[in-house]
Amino acid sequence: MQKSKNDVWVGLFVMLGAAAIVFLALRAGNLLTLSFAETYSVTARFDNIGSLKLRAPVKSAGVVVGRVGAIGFDGGNYQASVRLDLDQRFTFPKDSSAKILTSGLLGEQYIGIEPGAEEKLLAAGDKIGATQSAVVLENLISQFLFNKAAEGSGGTEGGPKK
Amino acid sequence: MALLGRLLASLAPSLRRARLVSDQVHFIGNYSLAIISVSGLFVGFVLGLQGYYTLQRYGSEEALGVLVALSLVRELGPVITALLFAGRAGTALTAEIGLMKAGEQLAAMEMMAVDPVQRVLAPRFWGGVVAMPLLAAIFSAVGIVGGWIVGVPLIGLDGGGFWSQMQSGVDVFKDVGNGMVKSCAFGFTVTFVALLQGYACQPTPEGVARATTRTVVLASLAVLALDFVLTAMMFSV
Repeated sequence: MQKSKNDVWVGLFVMLGAAAIVFLALRAGNLLTLSFAETYSVTARFDNIGSLKLRAPVKSAGVVVGRVGAIGFDGGNYQASVRLDLDQRFTFPKDSSAKILTSGLLGEQYIGIEPGAEEKLLAAGDKIGATQSAVVLENLISQFLFNKAAEGSGGTEGGPKK
Repeated sequence: MALLGRLLASLAPSLRRARLVSDQVHFIGNYSLAIISVSGLFVGFVLGLQGYYTLQRYGSEEALGVLVALSLVRELGPVITALLFAGRAGTALTAEIGLMKAGEQLAAMEMMAVDPVQRVLAPRFWGGVVAMPLLAAIFSAVGIVGGWIVGVPLIGLDGGGFWSQMQSGVDVFKDVGNGMVKSCAFGFTVTFVALLQGYACQPTPEGVARATTRTVVLASLAVLALDFVLTAMMFSV
């Protein structure tokens, strides 16, 4: 009697351990990145996605409306193609635009959708035409330095004319 | 070393008496469950609070999930479980075997042509090696839930971001898998140290006391040193 009771507890213990491993693999890990909400996917092409990651949020008006489903490189026109899995509950006009934005100064990057004005709605498989790439800090700095240099040389040219 | 050889050689034959092994899994695993899950919960709470406090300075509180999960799955889960395991189960093993030796039960077994390594040590070794990875997995899982409790309902982070960042940051094979490998290695080490100390102890009350102390000290040091070596090997690439 005592023995068979032990066996039940050992079985329970092993089951609990297995459940913990499954939890770690599925919930914490990336084994299964399915979300339970129904989604439809649209693609958007960007010149530069910065450090956008898979499963990054897609937001509109600051509310999460979907996730980044896939990121690929389009060798034809040297652009990144990003698949957005949008929640079925939310629809957007066909001429909506997508931007890559950063949450906070050093935060992660996400995609912001600006709704357009058209009456037709984005459907599964559509492409978002108007996109704005991620801001790359190095480009900004070099642009800033370039402007400064141009200003500086402009100043010396302008000086003698006065 | 000779004992390690004899122990490994008798591992397979000892499986024929599955009853003994499952009794040891019950003794080592089930009785450690309470301390492991409670400490896992509190470690998760603390990680959640500390992580939030640091991350919010950089405005990246969303990364709390991945911070909690990675630190638990890779490091804290296996290591703390192994340390607690050494204190909770290792000492019990050493004391039990030491007292068996002091009471000359092991010698009596040998007189009856029963190999004490196969009859007494091998099932306990199996028990430790089976129970330790399961306990580490439970520790990590409970800890992640603890981090979630602090992060999402208490502090009010976005639950979706918490889980999705965790899922994009934690790799099943590189992080969870390596954590499992670590916990198996620790289970092997701790159980072996405990059995060796018990088997080789002076068969006197002081000898058993000293062996029990040495089990905790040696097993903890071995776990920490091994952790460094394994981490260097696994994540150096």
